Amino acid sequence: MRHLIDIQDLSVSDIEELISTANDIIAHPDKYSEVCHGKKLATLFFEPSTRTRLSFEAAMYELGGNVLGFSEAQSSSASKGESVADTTKVVSCYADIIAMRHPKEGAPLVASLNSTVPVINAGDGGHFHPTQTLADLLTIQREKGSFENLTVGFCGDLKFGRTVHSLISALARYKGLKVVLISPEELKLPSYVKSEVLKPAGIEYVQTTSLEEYMPELDILYMTRVQRERFFNEEDYLRLKDSYILTPEKLKTAKESLSVMHPLPRVNEISVEIDKDPRACYFKQVLNGKYIRMALILMLLKEAGTI
Amino acid sequence: MNIDSIKNGIVIDHIPAGRGMTLYDLLGLGKLDCPVAIIKNANSSAMGKKDIIKIDADIPVNLDIIGYVAPNVTINIIRDGVLCEKRSIGLPKILKNVIRCKNPRCITSTEQELDHVFRLENAEEKIYRCVYCDTKASSDS
Repeated sequence: MRHLIDIQDLSVSDIEELISTANDIIAHPDKYSEVCHGKKLATLFFEPSTRTRLSFEAAMYELGGNVLGFSEAQSSSASKGESVADTTKVVSCYADIIAMRHPKEGAPLVASLNSTVPVINAGDGGHFHPTQTLADLLTIQREKGSFENLTVGFCGDLKFGRTVHSLISALARYKGLKVVLISPEELKLPSYVKSEVLKPAGIEYVQTTSLEEYMPELDILYMTRVQRERFFNEEDYLRLKDSYILTPEKLKTAKESLSVMHPLPRVNEISVEIDKDPRACYFKQVLNGKYIRMALILMLLKEAGTI
Repeated sequence: MNIDSIKNGIVIDHIPAGRGMTLYDLLGLGKLDCPVAIIKNANSSAMGKKDIIKIDADIPVNLDIIGYVAPNVTINIIRDGVLCEKRSIGLPKILKNVIRCKNPRCITSTEQELDHVFRLENAEEKIYRCVYCDTKASSDS
């Protein structure tokens, strides 16, 4: 049984197939509107995440399927002390595919080891969020046409930002990547990501605390939010949360072809005035997220022999 | 110092000096009824000093624990007083319930029945990572 726990579970050709299917869905939505008729997606969300859950649910509905599940641990048997393994075994009896979000790292892996249906990791704490990375990749492919020879700036919380780690490791498989790491000293990219991903792949990278310094060179600027929930100390959060705010002024030196991305939700790291700029891609990322999740559900259900 | 020869059992040789007691504890040898000898700081031409453990019973031992604590040991299996097998181990690729994940955000921190499983990521630097959360095993895990 194939699952998606980590973006590394997908080969380059799997990603190409998913992007190709997503692009076909965008071009011919009618062709896909009944392919999951009679099939059920269970959304097991042990912590609230409206955006990701609605994206999965919209994806399944647009494929003609149905959705069941819960949106917080309090409304599941977990509140009675049931294990992830048992919850998964039970839900496998009702649903054809599972999307799970859990505050504990590794919970979706535990689910996949106990499930008789495909499990998709919809985010496990600060660990993995592979479908966000797929949404990012589809956006980059649609905006840039290719993953090769790109200079990508990652800005904000590069320490706890799991979307940054996943996207770097996904892009590291393509030729000509250059990475600009923009963060305060305290939120720099962890050294293991540099030593285990960037260095072995021979990727050129620079670290800076300045958002402006490399702006003219960037093809993509990937902004991130400083996440309150990742800090044990409120003071540190308050000190660092407004380290970078992207304004029209700061974009003046950027290429016309720059794509500004953000996994959302944003707080104030991108000024709302940027929303009108044609280089802003973050709401397109949301839409692309739904299409790539549709493609993923299709791929996993086909491989499981369900459709 | 005289230690009786073993009739049927296991000799774990070439343990780096100082790690013998760690192995003794992790293997739970203190719970055995059979004779167990631990020799500390024995002279070794190859290692200078080494520890040796002799277990006078043909019992299964957890090779993953031995491989993790002392990957370069030699395991000698003795039967009827004769050395019948000499085995090297190396670092195990997977460690199951040998060390514990210390990450408070890991699923193993709340679900007690789960096995603590680590995979070997880098044999040269002896880096293991938790299969659930990818946290690096610390030396005192």
